[in-house]
Amino acid sequence: MHEIRFHGRGGQGTVVASIILAKTFFETGYQVQTFPLFGVERRGAPVEAYLRLAEEKILVRSNIYEPDYVIVQDPKLISLVDVTRGLKPGGWILLNTPGPPTDQGPFEGFRLAWVNATGIAVELGLGTRTFPMVNTAMTGAFLRLTEMAPLDTLLEIITREIQAKPEQNRKAAARANKEVQLLGPVP
Amino acid sequence: MKQVLEGSHAVSEAVRLARVQVVSAYPITPQTHIVEAISEFCSDGTMDARFICVESEHSAMAAVIGASNAGVRAFTATSSHGLALMHELLHWASGARLPIVMAEVNRALAPGWNIWTDQTDSLAQRDTGWIQLYCEDGQEVLDTTLEAFRLAEAVNLPVMVVLDAFFLSHTFEPVDVPDQDTVDRFLPPFDPRFRLDTKNPCAFGPITGPDRYMEIRRDIQAAMDRAPEVLAAVEQEFFSLFGRRYGAVDAFLCDDAEVILVVSGTAAATCRQAVGDLRKTGERVGMLKIRLFRPFPATEIRAILPKAPKVAVVDRNVSFGAGGIFAQEVKAALALHKGNTAVYSYIAGLGGRDITTATFQEIYLTTKDTPTPPAESVWVGLAQEERA
Repeated sequence: MHEIRFHGRGGQGTVVASIILAKTFFETGYQVQTFPLFGVERRGAPVEAYLRLAEEKILVRSNIYEPDYVIVQDPKLISLVDVTRGLKPGGWILLNTPGPPTDQGPFEGFRLAWVNATGIAVELGLGTRTFPMVNTAMTGAFLRLTEMAPLDTLLEIITREIQAKPEQNRKAAARANKEVQLLGPVP
Repeated sequence: MKQVLEGSHAVSEAVRLARVQVVSAYPITPQTHIVEAISEFCSDGTMDARFICVESEHSAMAAVIGASNAGVRAFTATSSHGLALMHELLHWASGARLPIVMAEVNRALAPGWNIWTDQTDSLAQRDTGWIQLYCEDGQEVLDTTLEAFRLAEAVNLPVMVVLDAFFLSHTFEPVDVPDQDTVDRFLPPFDPRFRLDTKNPCAFGPITGPDRYMEIRRDIQAAMDRAPEVLAAVEQEFFSLFGRRYGAVDAFLCDDAEVILVVSGTAAATCRQAVGDLRKTGERVGMLKIRLFRPFPATEIRAILPKAPKVAVVDRNVSFGAGGIFAQEVKAALALHKGNTAVYSYIAGLGGRDITTATFQEIYLTTKDTPTPPAESVWVGLAQEERA
């Protein structure tokens, strides 16, 4: 079983990203389960969502404590939330950040990937400059980490699920899928 | 066709497929997604139904009581404080023998203000004459809601389909949504035994003195007594059409178990995983899921639990002054049995506190290592400094 934890902010489409990925992996043949960690949702407040992928039926219905992957939609969350909490040694952390992280200290022992999802979203007119919608870009980048589902399936799901600016959202996912930098293990 | 569906929407889809004619509800987290989707079905013509917006849950239940009395299939949904506010009318619905179906999303009661899962809200309504079914996953929610209409209309009692907040209501997972034709074969249009009819006027709910009231109550009890048998027949038919069935209870690896964990709701799914993991390390542990809580399936329980010397009931609820509610019922059911099965009672996961596989391992090991059960329920997973 693969367990993924999303970190984002209320209103940033974090839960939608987890649902889009769940549907993508389900179409690819996996069993899936996704749910948000429920707080009382407020715009801008830190939120978490969970996604499980498995070959067989998923039984466990508790929160995820030891993820294999962590997705961070807003780089500023790193100073607020312990984003590597429980991440398995060698587990992947995917960051939305404008350039390669200069301080990789907090990610020691994990594998690191980054993508400029904010840049992509702003260029494609997704959300606003101060509140860009980076969720579809992050899903595109995430597929490169797992190589478990084809990009085409994700793009089909985005067409089906995203009502606002579907074309731009597809482009964001495809671009992030291409541009994501897999730095690998952080020594 | 299987699709990735939210637990709440598994209810909404079932209500659509059941061709419900009147829905009335008042929104409350975490139930809101259920009626939001139904409201869209009603407005876009997907459902040929009236959605009656009301100012409170008390009025929502009143509206579906009126609709059901008029002879149409009626549905509502609520949670926690909303259910508590309905309390008076829950008695009215069952007393009037109305086959209303309600989805109840388990949520804790305040204070402290808490929107997370906890069964105390629905279990506090256990004496209202409603049949109660507790669900484990999204598929079971959809299937149980369909079965609920058949069951309710067969015994003329209302049915509560109960699902955990968030761990089920807001969780997306693959769910097979059946086609309308097959559901129509399973669930024909509602054919009421009695209804408000201007051509045949009669009074409903008149004053009933000491000479009549007791027999009416005895009849409700008799209808409850029939419910397990009717549920089994309904499930047999459901199985022949859809290939799935759940039972009043579900025993998992109980035959040679030294300890049987007794659970309900989504904790049952996590418990299956924990039992499987423990079995791999050679532990003789099993699980009994209780799906039907009212009427309490004492006969089924007496057929399974006495196989084990020890039973650990895990309650996500509490009756203050008496402990875990499922544990009380299990003890009462086993009192008629002459065996030596010891019942251990644990309280876990209140107000949405997580119940993990580790929780079940701890409960299993504690039960295994404790020679005789304590008189009181044992609280699991408390923060030490928070103990009063």
